[in-house]
Amino acid sequence: MIHFPALRWGEPYRSLDIDKVVHFDTGEPVAEVSQANPGIVARDLRKSLRARSALREVPAAELLAKVKKAAELFSSAELPLGDGSQTPDEFVRQQSATTGLPEHMCRMNMEKLRYVLDHIDEILISLTRRLDPDILSRGYGEEDGIMRSYQATTPVLGMVLPSNSPGVHSLWLPIIPLQIGLVLKPGPQEPWTPWRMTQAFFEAGVPRQAVSLYPGLGDVGAAVLNNCSRSLIFGGTATVEQYAGNPGVQVHGPGFSKILLGDDEADNWERHLDLMVDSVLVNSGRSCINCSGIWTPRHGKAIAAALAERLGPIEPLPPDDPNAALAAFTVPGQAGAISADIDAALGEDGVDEVTAAHHADGRLVSRERCDYVRPTVVYCPSPDVAMAKKEYMFPFVTVVECEQRKMLGAIGPTLVATALTNDAAFQSALLDARNIDRLNLGPIPTIKLNWLQPHEGNIVDFLFRPRAFQMAS
Amino acid sequence: MSTLATDLEGRAGAARESLDAWVREIVGWHFDPATGSPFWLQWAEKAGWDPRTEVHGFDDLHKFGHFEDEWLRGGPVRRWVPKAYADRPIFVFETGGTTGIPKSRVAIDDFRTDYELFSETLPEECFPQGANWLMLGPSGPRRLRLAVEHLAQHRGGICFCVDLDPRWVIKLIKKGWMDHLKAYQAHVIDQALTVLSAGHDIKCLFSTPKLIEALANRLEEEGSSIKETGITGIFAGGTEFTPQWNRFANEELLDGVYMTPTYGNTLMGLAASPPSGPAEGYKITYHAPQPRAVLQVVDADDAERVVGYGETGRVMLTTLTREFFVPRFLERDEGEREPPCEQYPWDGVSGVRPFSALASSTTVGVY
Repeated sequence: MIHFPALRWGEPYRSLDIDKVVHFDTGEPVAEVSQANPGIVARDLRKSLRARSALREVPAAELLAKVKKAAELFSSAELPLGDGSQTPDEFVRQQSATTGLPEHMCRMNMEKLRYVLDHIDEILISLTRRLDPDILSRGYGEEDGIMRSYQATTPVLGMVLPSNSPGVHSLWLPIIPLQIGLVLKPGPQEPWTPWRMTQAFFEAGVPRQAVSLYPGLGDVGAAVLNNCSRSLIFGGTATVEQYAGNPGVQVHGPGFSKILLGDDEADNWERHLDLMVDSVLVNSGRSCINCSGIWTPRHGKAIAAALAERLGPIEPLPPDDPNAALAAFTVPGQAGAISADIDAALGEDGVDEVTAAHHADGRLVSRERCDYVRPTVVYCPSPDVAMAKKEYMFPFVTVVECEQRKMLGAIGPTLVATALTNDAAFQSALLDARNIDRLNLGPIPTIKLNWLQPHEGNIVDFLFRPRAFQMAS
Repeated sequence: MSTLATDLEGRAGAARESLDAWVREIVGWHFDPATGSPFWLQWAEKAGWDPRTEVHGFDDLHKFGHFEDEWLRGGPVRRWVPKAYADRPIFVFETGGTTGIPKSRVAIDDFRTDYELFSETLPEECFPQGANWLMLGPSGPRRLRLAVEHLAQHRGGICFCVDLDPRWVIKLIKKGWMDHLKAYQAHVIDQALTVLSAGHDIKCLFSTPKLIEALANRLEEEGSSIKETGITGIFAGGTEFTPQWNRFANEELLDGVYMTPTYGNTLMGLAASPPSGPAEGYKITYHAPQPRAVLQVVDADDAERVVGYGETGRVMLTTLTREFFVPRFLERDEGEREPPCEQYPWDGVSGVRPFSALASSTTVGVY
């Protein structure tokens, strides 16, 4: 049996408290995970300054080279895992087995992470606006004859990671080259990526004492948040609300990402059908950047019907099938609760589940140890119905009829908006809309990210603050 | 079968006989109109049967069904006072109460008796007679303050106290006011350090796992340790203990200072645990102070069935004192049933943790 120890500043720690991670479909144990206790986190984090010190002993350029080497190791090397080792293929199979994500999607996410590491230098140039890395490392330095000083807001970044989508790990990959330590609390079903990435870093020569990994329950996540002055957390709307306004916590919640059709482009909707399908379906709709709402001033019913034709027939397939498009829900009761929530919101006038015609046995597919929810398209006659604000962790999309002039006021928080319009006035309004985080003007799928741009806030701004600094010569 | 095993079996049998006799005595007391409490006398009247004639031993307590802790909410609290004790000074101890009406339990001498019995389990070299104590934990309406103070006095010492209000801690957690939580914990630890540094010759500590952690960490930050303050023995309680925490505390916090984890609440006495270290995998097994209290581990779906040794089930408590009768109360905890041991020739329970079916609605380990 594979055993994941906790890592306490790089040192393996086997806990007496062990969690078994099982195959989502067969129930077979896949791995044992040592569970940290909150006291260990609190105690270790008293020494977090050492993590940054160890990283600062490595010149920034050298550290960058090590991280790029880690990219290669992560995606192609046999790396240590517990008492044994793990090939990339084993990683894909094991990750699929415990998360319910089809294997080809696990591979896609792996490649995504490799891409980010491969391009980490460009990403950092973009995020730091070409700031000399040594200025961040030393704390000050001259740039074009002007003294610049930046102070790290924390020696380590805490992360409470999810189980549902391995792609989110891309967000923490730029941290090590910034000479900030990592404190990772993996999701219960997804210990694989944090572990393998950590091992790739170590093999590439990143100091072991810069990384801690604490598997555990919610109390361990709370300990990470309470003991790191800067943290990222992933969660639902309740988590977002809980940490709203907390300057030490960057929350990544539901994306409510959308495609917005302008008056000028609504009649051309059929041209954009592939873009809509991809935006909804890729990664089984699990990402915050998946589209969950298509807003249009007209043709809503036709758009919904066309999407239903494409998405409705999709059925669960075995995880090793290259055509598998749906991820399993592995948490008991979760899929049923989602399906019941959809049922409850279908009661309002005009709200129509257009995919129902394709689901003779219902949208919920219950298996012995897991469930699936089949892709669902719901037509909403106006933004005022409750259904128009729904988002779920599977391919689910509402098609909402809404006048262009009311659209930006009605869409609510939107992580990614792909706006299909050439109307200069609407484009200007979109650029000014503060409820939109990432804006795509033109036919760009919501799931297509430009990694050189910030995601839900610039991580460099989160970890470093500019300040005044003078030094007598 | 070895002589040792035969001896233990014999002692377990004797313990069981004593328990049956004690049950008859206690049931006789609580359902005698001259001595029993109004609550139980009225209960028997409504039930239509006389426990004094129908209860002959511990197994017959099933006729009571299960004690419902909701009965303890609200007044008049005197309905719980046995008539025989009507003229005695009465204490009331509360449990819960962060929101709504807390559960109340009356007491006269039980807490003293329970803690005197517990005192017998403490090793003299770690908890020296005459040593002074620090009680660092929840007091207020709870039993702990008076009980720990009595323990200290019973052993010839004086008890210094630092309070912690768990109801406020739970509110802070629920509101997400983590900065306030940290500040409150720091306030509590500040007071503890002041007492420990004031030359009071404190050698014994009562505290909870979270506060032990916080105290050890703070002392270490200040270049000291629990051991260096002069503390030689820690009586730990108040919240759940896992083997992992027990190991963590022994390996990283205590620097060789003896710690004895306990399991208890307002409804029962104090269940002690035999020493447990690396050889036992740091497993903590609690044994109730039988016959005054009995812990059983029952099937979570069928509370009439006691599970086999090593099997998991819900903890069921029966309290049998002249002051308080609690038959077959299903605790909000689960654990594994453990066999009798040399020190305690009756069943125990290990791995005590929140009952999984209720765990999501319970805030635990807050202090």
